[in-house]
Amino acid sequence: MLPKPKKIREIYFDHAATAYTDERVVKAMLPYYSKTYGNPSSLHRAGREANAAVNDSRRKIAQILHALPENIIFVGGGTASDNLAIYGMARAHEQRGKHIITIPIEHHAILHPLEDLEKQGWKITKVKVNEEGFVSPEEIYKSIRPDTVLISVMYTNNEIGVIEPIADIGRVILKYRKEHNTPYPYFHTDACQAAGYLSLDVEKLHVDFLTLNGSKIYGPKGIGALYIRRGIKIKPMILGGGQERNLNAGTENVPGIVGLAKALEIAQNEKEKENKKMRKLSLYLWKKIQEKIQNIKLNGPEIGDDRLSSNLNITFMDIEGESLLLYLDEYGIMCSTGSACTSESLEPSHVLRALGMPYEYAHGSLRFSLGRRNTKQDVDYLMKYLPVIVEQLREMSPVRMEKQKHARYK
Amino acid sequence: MSDEAIKKENLSEEVNIREAGGGGWLYSDVVKDHFFNPRNFMRYGEEEKFEFNAMGRVGSPACGDEMVLWLKIEPETEKIKECRWRTFGCGSAIASTSVLSEMITEKDGMKIEDALKIKPQDIIARLGGLPDRKIHCSVLGDKALQAAINDYFRKTGKHERVLTAGAKVIDSVLNITDKDIEEAVLEGAKTIEDLQKKLKIGALGKDSLPAAEELLKFYLEKYFKS
Repeated sequence: MLPKPKKIREIYFDHAATAYTDERVVKAMLPYYSKTYGNPSSLHRAGREANAAVNDSRRKIAQILHALPENIIFVGGGTASDNLAIYGMARAHEQRGKHIITIPIEHHAILHPLEDLEKQGWKITKVKVNEEGFVSPEEIYKSIRPDTVLISVMYTNNEIGVIEPIADIGRVILKYRKEHNTPYPYFHTDACQAAGYLSLDVEKLHVDFLTLNGSKIYGPKGIGALYIRRGIKIKPMILGGGQERNLNAGTENVPGIVGLAKALEIAQNEKEKENKKMRKLSLYLWKKIQEKIQNIKLNGPEIGDDRLSSNLNITFMDIEGESLLLYLDEYGIMCSTGSACTSESLEPSHVLRALGMPYEYAHGSLRFSLGRRNTKQDVDYLMKYLPVIVEQLREMSPVRMEKQKHARYK
Repeated sequence: MSDEAIKKENLSEEVNIREAGGGGWLYSDVVKDHFFNPRNFMRYGEEEKFEFNAMGRVGSPACGDEMVLWLKIEPETEKIKECRWRTFGCGSAIASTSVLSEMITEKDGMKIEDALKIKPQDIIARLGGLPDRKIHCSVLGDKALQAAINDYFRKTGKHERVLTAGAKVIDSVLNITDKDIEEAVLEGAKTIEDLQKKLKIGALGKDSLPAAEELLKFYLEKYFKS
């Protein structure tokens, strides 16, 4: 039977789901609960103080993005930001055309609004990605039609860590606009998973909209932002008191906004250091897994510049991800899986499926997303138990996938 | 009769997946126990030594669950004396096979005619309930058991006893019969989407969907329209 550890450690390998809030961020947020509590719209002192904090945060974020403060809109999270970009853009520009281009491995916060628009008569083109998850800028360019108003491509994928060529896509869109003498299509990118690891300079990326979220960058949950390039009109989804330039009504989440700015500041300052540490750790983990476990496959790009340094997504053949996840959880190790069994829909990960991967590969996938608190000792602890757990689940499994059956996946 | 009422009759109790004991674990304590301490599974190297006279396989890894059951049936008494299994699937799939292996071999072994009467609901009840969405995909035990016993009938030349009783295979890849659809309806499936969710019917080819839809309408009328 399985070995019992003397002491169960708590090891979090699920930072792409959400991360703990950095203590420096918590400290920055605390005064904005009971001390500086005003409504930023109020004219009195308490209101002005809160307003100052919001504006200060907006400025900090704008600086990091190489944008103007008024182009940062605070919203209730990454999903809210994605939704605002899609619906806001669609509703404001439908006279011009009803075609949007995206890729099939986007987050559901993009795909579901697009499916909804499709029901309302919009045309959606999902440009194929290759086996590693990359989309080709040329293919995007070829898909642009006269009625295309928006292109949305994620910066990095949350499941397989692939980094899409956003700047190159931005350039082909600029080329199209120039050739056709049109401001369309606009370009949105979801940078929730990229923040803290990659440059967020909207000028270098050539994006018109950029989505950020607090909790993936060790900031608070329930806060996000949408960058909107100057001069682009979108329609709000929430109406009320006119906050956030009429684009997201409701009293501002002041502590959240302060926390988001602080978290982004720390994340972008420590980017290089963090990338180095994560790369080293994920390489170490991948090496150890390869040494000790047979019949595995790395999903997504090779570990290198095209892959988010903190992400590892591995298929363990012949076993099912939820079982693996629950066994690891017994040992205090937390990660996630693309298996259908953990999803409400009982469908395996749409991302892994879009790579052309057979169902059975998606079912056996496990994602480790590393983060600030992880150490080499965490990996060593994991590797003490992962091989035996895989072994036991394989012993219990009737499936013996012959590798040659899917020659593409070795 | 409302679908709500049926559910309560068949399941011992409903389980709130967030509060199902085991320190706020996903499943009930029984599921947890069987998942982490699986009984009677076929160990490596045991295949050659274990003398079985019946074997059944259902599901496929593509649809997320696959199960193989090996039985040692005593010909004189037709009791299931020993059982081994292997399951590919999530926590509840593994636990439900393990618990089934106990049910059919305990107390000197279950007679095969009784074993054929085991329904998914019996397995779920013994497990202390399962989260709703897990019920159909992860409880394949009764089907594997039927397949194994049929195998026994065929091997012993008792072809007349092979169980096809009323069951018509609708989705041949996943071995889903009209009986499964009837059960799904009784458990609350109202649309073809519900059926697809519960049974994964059509997951590997949509050919079976028209027939499934027809049966769905039939059973809905039969049970819920008076």
